Amino acid sequence: MSFMNWIDERFPATKVWNEHLAQYYAPKNFNFWYFFGSLAMLVLVLQIVTGVWLAMLYKPSAADAFASVEYIMRDVDYGWLLRYLHSTGASAFFLVVYLHMFRGLIYGSYRQPRELLWIIGVIIYVAMMATAFMGYLLPWGQMSYWGAQVIVNLFAAFPFGIGEPLSVWIRGDYVISDATLNRFFALHFLLPFVLAALVFIHIVALHKVGSNNPDGIEIKKNKDENGIPKDGIPFHPYYSVKDVVGVGVFLIFFTAIVFFWPDFGGLFLEPPNFEPANPLKTPDHIAPVWYFTPFYAMLRAVPPMFNSQFPGVVVMFAAIIVMFFLPWLDRSPVKSIRYKGMLFKVAIAVFVVSFVVLAYLGMQSSTPTKTLLAQIFTALYFAFFLLMPIYSKMDKTKPVPERVTK
Amino acid sequence: MKKLIAVIALALLPLASMASSGGPELQKANIDLNNHAAIQRGAKMFVNYCMGCHSAKYVRYKLFGEVGLSEDDIKNNLMFTDGKVGDLMKIAMPEEDAGKWFGAPAPDLTLTARIRHGGADWIYSYLKGFYTDPSRPMGVNNTVFPNVGMPHVLWTLQGINDPVYKYEVHHDGHSVAAFDTEAEADAYVKEHGEGYRLERVVESLKVAQAGSLTPAEYDQVARDLATFLTYISEPMKLERQRMGVWVVLFLIVFTVIAYLMKKEWWKDIH
Repeated sequence: MSFMNWIDERFPATKVWNEHLAQYYAPKNFNFWYFFGSLAMLVLVLQIVTGVWLAMLYKPSAADAFASVEYIMRDVDYGWLLRYLHSTGASAFFLVVYLHMFRGLIYGSYRQPRELLWIIGVIIYVAMMATAFMGYLLPWGQMSYWGAQVIVNLFAAFPFGIGEPLSVWIRGDYVISDATLNRFFALHFLLPFVLAALVFIHIVALHKVGSNNPDGIEIKKNKDENGIPKDGIPFHPYYSVKDVVGVGVFLIFFTAIVFFWPDFGGLFLEPPNFEPANPLKTPDHIAPVWYFTPFYAMLRAVPPMFNSQFPGVVVMFAAIIVMFFLPWLDRSPVKSIRYKGMLFKVAIAVFVVSFVVLAYLGMQSSTPTKTLLAQIFTALYFAFFLLMPIYSKMDKTKPVPERVTK
Repeated sequence: MKKLIAVIALALLPLASMASSGGPELQKANIDLNNHAAIQRGAKMFVNYCMGCHSAKYVRYKLFGEVGLSEDDIKNNLMFTDGKVGDLMKIAMPEEDAGKWFGAPAPDLTLTARIRHGGADWIYSYLKGFYTDPSRPMGVNNTVFPNVGMPHVLWTLQGINDPVYKYEVHHDGHSVAAFDTEAEADAYVKEHGEGYRLERVVESLKVAQAGSLTPAEYDQVARDLATFLTYISEPMKLERQRMGVWVVLFLIVFTVIAYLMKKEWWKDIH
């Protein structure tokens, strides 16, 4: 062990290993929902690795971008695999992060003392959305181009005369162009490393406060004579071996899509995006990729006011910003859904339905009926958050046990 | 938790009925990407009939080595200039001229099968869907691509089809009645008045002039072209599926072993 001693005197390798893995005590009652944190990290690594390789072969210019993607798909050995892993990875990343966030919602993982942990998580989510948005422009297909056009135009809706110059500043041009593509590529390359740093901070915060669990019980309140939580088990080896099983199951589904259904019925790779960007030809129907559609539906649900789209933009951004306040909106005496009452269960069901319906509506071209539905479900989405101080207080809760249950 | 999921699933059910598929009805092409002969025949048709105007500029000629053609086969049958087999399938017609001649430049066809809803079926139906329409600049229209700018390039093979129209009366966006003659439909509209309007739709096509091929032979040509265009839209499709079987099988074995390992480690945790 003299080699490890030599290292440890210069770098706290053993200390870090113990503090964060071998002697980091996690509750022993983690269930299905607790796989998605580690899976999100796996997908981030996958995206960075495949992304760096794609960047070696991709040309970020309006003239060459589309052809260079086809070059990767056709002429580069296993280039198609890199590209499908990356495009499917983007959707998988959002899927696992949505499930990870849902886990936080139902078990109250955002509650004191984990407020900051939750907030860092929401920042990660916002950074992910920025990364995905910029990445989607890079194939330079019709949907890449017009999707970016629509979203950047949102910034032009800002009032007081700052909107227009702001959108020009973002694009570097009056329309989406070569200049926009080049800067989006630069930022799309940079942001994943910012994401990795944020994930590191997320984990530092987690290990400071300790993991929550499906019972919403603080295991640190019940320690044995050695100061080890009675309901805790060392993360390594217990959860490292368990997470490997989760990785296996996830990869079965993930690779099945990559190899057998990479466009996923037009949801992961939209058919119009196989047509090169054409600034003179607007597609019949512009829809963002599925993971943005709930917010896109909210944007369209709000009618223009005072000749301005700005209210819709405000609602769309508010839908994300409201998440930051979640730790202070929940006034329930208990954390986990297991001990919360009917009111919260109904509220969370309404919230999930609203999110899924809005995701669906965001993909469709709008009709009066669909706009009305989008308005109703936008209201319900916000009601879940804004009425939480009231219903979480009124809710009939059950007594929380001392120790974690099965 | 199970109850919650059941409630959510039930609440989402009405969504399923809202989803509807638009677009024209397509005929089944029944293509087979393992049929190399069909891809070869389609390639030959493509370079002879389509490549005057349409490129496939992301495809290299040497790709057809993958479906059993030798370098000489490719050079002698598919290439009309003395290029290299590694060249891309570009065309000489400048986009500007094409725009002037046909209203819009003929699109590159490399990815048509992935752009068009229905893929091979769309291409197959499109190639079979031309009919005479004197109101159009090229004298033809198309059942799956209304008001297309393209002339019926394959007319010598297929012959010429005339449309058989039916006259639908629409009200509130729905078809409420259909008639064989315009006069009958007109009378119906007049009788009902406000909010009813007449729409002429192509019900079927009938042969006006036979081509050099029988209908069955022409179907085969359309199918070959659909097979070819589907193949070039994603040449690695069969390779990725073959590879996928092994990847997924490996991962299943891996996961079973990982699960047994987890069970072994966890047997003392209660």
